[in-house]
Order: sequence, then structure tokens, then C-alpha cells
Amino acid sequence: MSVAVGVDDLTAWLRRFAEVVHERRDELTALDAAIGDADHGSNMDRGMAAVVAVLDDAPPTDAAGLLKKTGATLVSKVGGASGPLYGTLFLRMAGAAGDGDLDDAAVARALRAGLEGVLARGKAEAGDKTMVDALGPACDALDAGVGAGKPLADALAAAAEAAAQGRDATVPLVARKGRASYLGERSAGHMDPGATSVTMLVEAAAATMGRS
Amino acid sequence: MKKLINDPADVVSDALRGMALAHPELRVDHENRVVFRGDAPVRGKVGIVSGGGSGHEPMHGGFVGRGMLDAACAGEVFTSPVPDQMQAATAGVDGGAGVLHIVKNYTGDVMNFEMAAELVAAESGTEVATVVVDDDVAVTDSLYTAGRRGVGTTVLLEKIVGAAAEEGRPLAEVADLAKRVDDAGRSMGMALTSCTVPAAGTPTFELADDEMEIGIGIHGEPGRRRVKVAPAREVAEMLLEPILSDRDFTDGVICFVNGMGGTPLIELYVVHAEVAAILERSGIGIARSLVGPYMTSLEMAGCSVTLLQADDELLRLWDAPVVTPGLRWGA
Repeated sequence: MSVAVGVDDLTAWLRRFAEVVHERRDELTALDAAIGDADHGSNMDRGMAAVVAVLDDAPPTDAAGLLKKTGATLVSKVGGASGPLYGTLFLRMAGAAGDGDLDDAAVARALRAGLEGVLARGKAEAGDKTMVDALGPACDALDAGVGAGKPLADALAAAAEAAAQGRDATVPLVARKGRASYLGERSAGHMDPGATSVTMLVEAAAATMGRS
Repeated sequence: MKKLINDPADVVSDALRGMALAHPELRVDHENRVVFRGDAPVRGKVGIVSGGGSGHEPMHGGFVGRGMLDAACAGEVFTSPVPDQMQAATAGVDGGAGVLHIVKNYTGDVMNFEMAAELVAAESGTEVATVVVDDDVAVTDSLYTAGRRGVGTTVLLEKIVGAAAEEGRPLAEVADLAKRVDDAGRSMGMALTSCTVPAAGTPTFELADDEMEIGIGIHGEPGRRRVKVAPAREVAEMLLEPILSDRDFTDGVICFVNGMGGTPLIELYVVHAEVAAILERSGIGIARSLVGPYMTSLEMAGCSVTLLQADDELLRLWDAPVVTPGLRWGA
């Protein structure tokens, strides 16, 4: 039984993600300090605070419009590498969302489109120690769950689980993209901050969507 | 942390206010954090836009003016500017001959400029070309990294390409020249101390009193190795060796000894003398020199050396008049 995901669900998802990023911004920044430039938590927090301001003020009233506005806001406010990557993720989701609310398959398609946007923008591959290592498995799990006819909430829970496993699996990897790549072998032994924040994003989806 | 600032969150906007007041010949768009040439857009001239994280002054805002950049976007300290800024800069310098984006090779800078170029293409008729500067030989394995970082060659490239644009050359030629300069330049840096990002409040990395980091980036990224402090003579060798083994240099180079922000000019001249001595022994004559803090890393002590293989055309463009807060001659 498919549950339609609309503006209310997306709003709850984005607010939940903003809360988690804010609560755990120091953790994200500490992960980034170890192998990057120590600003992932503060940059994401600044970006999601701007998204919440949009939600509070005059948010678009259709799902695609809301996703597009979220992407554009992140691109404008975050800077660094996370701005274009998260911005592209939401902009591509908006492009794939179509008109009206999203059914289960459309949610999976949109997230997959977001992943493809991130791959195109960042030119990263699986195993490069980036957000792709968590987002990729999440998309696979979501596709599998929805394809098998599971309820969206269950499929998203499986996606969150897969993202977390992918995130944990970045620890031993040697970074091949972004500033962490300058460390070479020294980047091994640290969890990737982008994989960590995107896991929060999928977990926030599992906590808020498909429950109505 | 002792710094001459107000609120750490306001450092970039406060500095831009001071810059606007000190240089009335420039026009500063405070909302978008873009420094423009006062007479931009210059009709019929290719517009030259650069930008990057703040904390490297005088780069890039200090290189805006006749004969160099038309606009520079200022990001947060050590953080790439966002596409909105680059779009505003591009629109503001488009004199009808197209715009060149000069981008240092860092993941964030490259992606934000890429998005800006896509937005410009989608929303206006302005033709945009891009050059990505990647000259730092400290990054060895480009296959398994984000590639070489853009460092000292950027300053020389902005001067030379700016002069070519001033001559009225078309965008395709200016962009080709920019790629040629990037191909001809190599750099290597070192640090004696760390730097402190105002918002972070603590030093970016730790370096013992008797240690230095060889191969440092301009954001305090780690270098190739950490060694005991040595005389300038040996430091010059440590910096030049990887440069000279990466590319064949012949007679007639532009030699740029850059200060990282916390090193006095007297020490940079000491380094320059040692660099010149090594080059002379290697049969590489210096055609032009630039010595000073032009691409800094906040208050980091240290230096970088850049060699650019010049030819008659590049030297002529290097000697052409330039009128900016950071570089000024011939005018």
C-alpha cells in the first residue's frame, strides 16, 4: 500500500535533518578536522538553518518546488564542497519529483536522481571515502524495499541501516576526493564527515516519512 | 588567540568595508561580497573574475584593477565563495566579450564555479570560459587525489592574463593563454608556524618550536613531511628540488618568492638569494622576480617558491602596466 509523500512529509523531514545537524554539528566538525578543514558541521548547520527559515517564512506549496528551493538555498548558503553537493542532491530530487505528491516508487526515484547528481557534480566513485559511500547503499536498499512492495517506512528504515553501514565502512578507506585526499594513507582510520551527514539525512527520512 | 578583529563572524565583511574605504577606485558590492574594478564592465574587454576563500590577502580582492582582475569574490575564511557571488561578479564585468573564471583547484572552489558557470549559461547570454590552476608539486599522486592545489602560479597568471585581456584579445585566446601559464608554473610551500582561523579560534595544526612542515598548502593542509628547522639555504633546496624534478626549466623564468603572512620581507629576501643561487648553478636565469606576501595564509609563518617558465610574450605581458592595491607598476 503506497503512502503519498507530500509537502508536509518533506517539511517534517527537512526540519528533523536540520535539528540533527544542529545537535551534532560539533561531531561533524570534529570528523572534518581530522581529515579535512574543520567546517562541515558549521557549514551544514548554517545551510539547514537557512532552509528552516524558508520553511518558517513562505515555503513553496508543492513537493518539487520545496525540494528545489531547499537545493537552491543550500547552494547559496553553504559554500565549500558541501554546498554544491547537497544543493545538487535536492535540485535533482526536485527534477525527478514530477507534479504533485510522490508515491513510494517516486521517492526512491527521486533519491536515486539525487545520488546521480552528486556523482556527476563530485565525480566521486564508490570507495572514494565520500558521502557516496553512504548514499549509494541507501538508494540500493530503498529501491529493493520499494520494489519488493514493502511499506515506505520499512524501506526507508532499511535505507537508513544501509547508509549507516556504508558510513561505518568509510573508516578504513583512503580518501581519493576532496581535501582529505591530500592526506593519502593518513586519511585511513577516520570516518568520512560527508558520509556521516548524509546518513543523518536518510535517518531523518526514515523517522518522518511514510508514517501517515 | 590574539587578533585585530571584532566579532569573528564579521571578519570578512568588516575587512571589505575597510578595503572599500581605502581604495575608492574600486567598487565593493557588500551584499554579494564582490570587489569590482571601478569602471567595470569595460566595453569590448574580456572580463576576468577570480575568487576564493578569504584569508589569503592581498589575493584576490587586492588584485582587482586595470591590467589584472575585473572582479574578485570573497568567501568565508578558507571557504569557497558560493555561485550567487560568482554570478553577480560575472554579470558585473561582462563588457560583451565574455568572461574568464580563474579557479584554484580545490574541490569546493571548482564545484561552486562550475555551478555558477551553469547558471550563467542558463540565465544569460554571457560566454564563460574557465581555467583551473593546479601548480602545487607537493601533491604527488593526482590520480588518487583531488589533484594538485592551486597556489603561487595563480598570482602570476592573474597578472599575465589580465594584461592580455586589457589588450583587447578575444576570450578564446585569453583562456588559452591562461592554460599555457598554468602548464608553465610549479610551486612548493613550507610553514614555520600554523595559522588560526578566526571562527575556530585555535591553531589549525600543531608544529613544535623546532619543526617545520615542507609542502604545506595555503589552508594549513598537511605537507609532504615534517622536519627539523634548517637554514634558509637548505629550505630553498627542499622547495626547489621537487619543482625542478617535476618540470624542465630553462633560462628565463619568473621567480616568485611568496610570504605566507607571518614571515617578514627580510627573510623572504634571504630565501630569494638562496633560490637565485641554486637556479644559477642549474643554468636557469631569472628574467623577473616577485618577492613579498601576495598569497598569504592568515598569520602563518613560512614561504612558497613558484617558478614560471616565461617567453617573450609572457614577459611582455608581465611588464605591462598594472594598477591594483596589491600589484602596481608601469602606470
